[in-house]
Amino acid sequence: MIEEIITSGRMNPEIDPVLHAWGWEIPLYLFLGGISAGILIFSAYFTLRGRQDELPTAVKWLPLTVPVLIGVGLLALLMDLSHVLYAWQLFTNIRWESPMSWGAWTLFIITPLSIAWLAIWLEDIFPKWDWKFDEVKTVINWLKDQKRIMAQILILLSVILGMYTGILLSAFNARPFWNTSILGPLFLTSGLSASAALIVFFSKSEVEKRLFTRIDIILIGMELFMIIHLFMGHLAGTQVHIQAAQMFLGGPYTVYFWIFVVGLGLVLPVILELLELKHKFIPAIVPVFLIVAGNLMLRFIVVNAGQASRWLY
Amino acid sequence: MRYAMAVDTKKCVGCSDCVVACQTENDVPIGYCRDWIVEKTTGTYPELQLEIRSERCNHCANAPCVRTCPTEASHYGPGGVVLVEHSECIGCKACITSCPYDARFVHPEGYVDKCTFCIHRVEKGQNPACVSVCPTHAMIFGDLDDPNSDISRAMATRKWKSLIPEAGTKPKVFYLL
Repeated sequence: MIEEIITSGRMNPEIDPVLHAWGWEIPLYLFLGGISAGILIFSAYFTLRGRQDELPTAVKWLPLTVPVLIGVGLLALLMDLSHVLYAWQLFTNIRWESPMSWGAWTLFIITPLSIAWLAIWLEDIFPKWDWKFDEVKTVINWLKDQKRIMAQILILLSVILGMYTGILLSAFNARPFWNTSILGPLFLTSGLSASAALIVFFSKSEVEKRLFTRIDIILIGMELFMIIHLFMGHLAGTQVHIQAAQMFLGGPYTVYFWIFVVGLGLVLPVILELLELKHKFIPAIVPVFLIVAGNLMLRFIVVNAGQASRWLY
Repeated sequence: MRYAMAVDTKKCVGCSDCVVACQTENDVPIGYCRDWIVEKTTGTYPELQLEIRSERCNHCANAPCVRTCPTEASHYGPGGVVLVEHSECIGCKACITSCPYDARFVHPEGYVDKCTFCIHRVEKGQNPACVSVCPTHAMIFGDLDDPNSDISRAMATRKWKSLIPEAGTKPKVFYLL
């Protein structure tokens, strides 16, 4: 028998008995950041391919939501900070070793850039809009000339944003469940998949729906592959990593993860999407709801389980 | 200068005096603590072994909290002591989740707080509060770079371990066995 207990009655709030420093704010932010990154990547990529008129929902419409999504995400992030009046300190330093730091800087650039990006498409979306001031038109026309370079920067920054939501967690070797580099690509892929599902849902064009259904099926396939890899990596790791994996293989997270995230959030929607491609009628809201809810739940479970996994005691 | 601490597990009786001394000296808010006692029991009755450890921040030489801090609030102070600059801390809790020893917490005023090795006392030539009150003299504090310091002598003559060295943090609190 080995028993290790704290006998001096340590009960630090949010630390004991199980670490819970990050509540709902962080997973919500990771979720919104991932979806924003996905939407921007699709929009910028298909602009570079010159398919903006063929795929209007993906390229022009959905980027309208990005500043709102990032805004809500940032609000959640600020709510999580316990010393929030000092938040400006984030921007007096660049610390390459801290994913939190380069995430903050990425957001600092990508937020205004995403607003500039949607400004490019406003005329296409609302052709009858009266701009009133000529200066606004001049600025928008100037932005339109920079479309290609903006799209390239957006793709780069959005990939960083999508990856960083996972790397943020995997940088902590103190939490064995997070300590796997596959979390970065997994969160990026799942963000892309959720935004593809949203495009399918909002799109009115058959071409666009079919293209993004296909893309989504591939992305979900990759996600399933990465989830298997995540557990293979942990099970082939040290004792603490094996214990971390066992929280999902018989432990407290088993049902939530395998039934809700994998079953209802990945496998079922991929089957529905395959049926959709075979022209079976599936109400469009069903797969998109399942995918987006599964996406959110994945973040919540990973953030919680990581904090529950540990080295000591 | 490399400040470090050694706790003699053969002398520690787990009285928690160090915990109370720290709370008093550092005005630690009620309900929080910067150090604590762990009792580890191994074996099967009647052959039981007991190890008692007074634990705290390990002031790691490769501190993950310093690495993950986005603002340089967590930093290496004099003698490699890991400190938090309150006016730079934004309370993002990255350091809390990155600490394998769970040594940090959010102070009710918002910044992140933890053991400082009582650097304010050490700089005046005194021992940290926990060391100074230990009734069994189970704790030794000193400079590892000085081969004649009490801690260097103890480390040279006794068997010792540190906590989860496999986490790669290079901790500087040692346990004499």
